[in-house]
Amino acid sequence: MTLLAVERIKLFSTRSPYWCSALALVLGVGLTAIIAASTDNGQLSIGVTQFGSSQLALSVVLVMAALAVTTEYRFSTIRATFLAVPNRTSALVAKTVVVAFIAAVLGEIIAFGSVGMAKLLSPASDLAINTSGEWRHVAGVGLLYGIGAIIAIAVGILVRQTAGAVAILLVWNMLLEQLIGIIPKAGVKIQAWLPFMNANHFLQLGGDNTAEQAGAGIDFKLSQWGSLGYFAGVAIALLVVALIVAKRRDA
Amino acid sequence: MIEAVRLQKHYGKTKAVDDLSFTVRPGRVTGFLGPNGAGKSTTMRMILGLDTPTGGDVTIDGKHYAQLKQPLRKVGALLDAKWVHPNRSARAHLKWLAVSNKIPVSRVREVLEIVGLTEVAHKNAGGFSLGMSQRLGIAGALLGDPEVLLFDEPVNGLDPEGILWIRQFMHRLANEGRTVFVSSHLLSEMAQTAQDLIVIGKGQLIAQTSTEQFIADATQDTVRVRSPHAAKLREILAAHATVTDDSASGSLVVHGIAAQQIGELAAENQIVLHELSPQRGSLEEAFMQLTKESVEYHAH
Ligand SMILES: Nc1ncnc2c1ncn2[C@@H]1O[C@H](COP(=O)(O)OP(=O)(O)OP(=O)(O)O)[C@@H](O)[C@H]1O
Ligand SMILES: [Mg+2]
Repeated sequence: MTLLAVERIKLFSTRSPYWCSALALVLGVGLTAIIAASTDNGQLSIGVTQFGSSQLALSVVLVMAALAVTTEYRFSTIRATFLAVPNRTSALVAKTVVVAFIAAVLGEIIAFGSVGMAKLLSPASDLAINTSGEWRHVAGVGLLYGIGAIIAIAVGILVRQTAGAVAILLVWNMLLEQLIGIIPKAGVKIQAWLPFMNANHFLQLGGDNTAEQAGAGIDFKLSQWGSLGYFAGVAIALLVVALIVAKRRDA
Repeated sequence: MIEAVRLQKHYGKTKAVDDLSFTVRPGRVTGFLGPNGAGKSTTMRMILGLDTPTGGDVTIDGKHYAQLKQPLRKVGALLDAKWVHPNRSARAHLKWLAVSNKIPVSRVREVLEIVGLTEVAHKNAGGFSLGMSQRLGIAGALLGDPEVLLFDEPVNGLDPEGILWIRQFMHRLANEGRTVFVSSHLLSEMAQTAQDLIVIGKGQLIAQTSTEQFIADATQDTVRVRSPHAAKLREILAAHATVTDDSASGSLVVHGIAAQQIGELAAENQIVLHELSPQRGSLEEAFMQLTKESVEYHAH
């Protein structure tokens, strides 16, 4: 508990998490607002409210999580941290828990905020969250952010510098996994096992909008919750590698 | 007490610390002296468990740093005043340190008071002058009221007033029975601060003595000799002593034998002397003499 408090103080005594959160909120909810504004009143569905939260805003949250580690390396406060808490694994796990939790809460705020925004701009549309699939589609965004944050922190620990970590995360999430689909035949098969593709699979709503959603056309071998488990598994595995590396190398 | 036994750290082919053994005793200020690149900071990082030794061992009261339960209550360290997030206030910086080791948060105000930063406690550390940053670093080191204190070149970049403050401060800490280990590359500075000295060069131990003894040893028997047959004289003296050229004045500086012997040797070999003057060498000269062999970067 002490270590969680330490990481919380550290995180909230600098400005970047506030800026990143605000930016994620604006981008996530903002994109929904644009979509809602450009759709005829009454035509909006839950399935189009999370484009912003699950893509654009997710990237910002990944950057925020990576920054939580890379700034520590940049200013060598990681050394101050390891002096105060020589058990590096505990210190870094505490940081991961705090950042992932904040990311998850932020995800819920953005997801439900997006639905709220859609309701506001398109009052005639049916935007009630009824089925379990609809709940997963909206509330699941928080889980996605939490797990995504773990991946970002792991990458941050491994790379240790902001530019590198951010580049890796953004290219991986926004570009690489999509581009692999271009490979004839094998592409979509590989995509079925890529972590962020599985994350998107978890969110998929099915029904009318499926074709427009990320991860469409890929034949996933896992159930939707299975995909989330897989995404989480990749995140944890990456974190374990990062923790082992951090423990071994000179701070 | 800090104890290093055959400590080694290699970075690729560089032997930053090479088979270094020493002890640092409580109740005294121990200076850790060596020219740039001698391995002082590397040794301190190993004492604090930040870097893993390639070989050997270093312990604090018999324990590795990583084995300490709440390390800040046992060991306070200032390795680099810049290890602070520039957008975090001095108070917030000390607060998270305090919380991490279950030190009462009220202690933050106390240490800020001790180092004289109370007025600027709410300001971001990024805007601090070097002197203020050093003070913040010292506040962090004092937070857990530790028995053992490590400072890496704490007076670097400080004005005379700041230097005096740190010097007196370290004496006070040692008088309270604490172990104070402070590095520097200036003997003149250490001469006024430290009671004991551990001198290293190129990662190896050169001397571990009291400061008094070290200065006495280092400054005796330096003789300045000038001769038209400098090259020949140099050859003869080299068999008995360490000889260095003082190119500025064209004379030889002889270390290790007395003026009388030099005169006799010169007479035996029929060498004319234009000057033969025993020197009470400055501390810095003596120190350079001692570490000459092991100076990493010669200024050309
Ligand atoms: N992380 C590192 N990687 C490679 N070489 C290193 C590393 N850290 C230190 N060194 C090398 O080890 C040697 C000792 O460096 P160190 O910083 O310990 O010296 P120092 O005595 O503290 O010097 P200074 O008085 O300049 O602070 C130097 O040759 C340095 O280049
Ligand atoms: Mg140094």
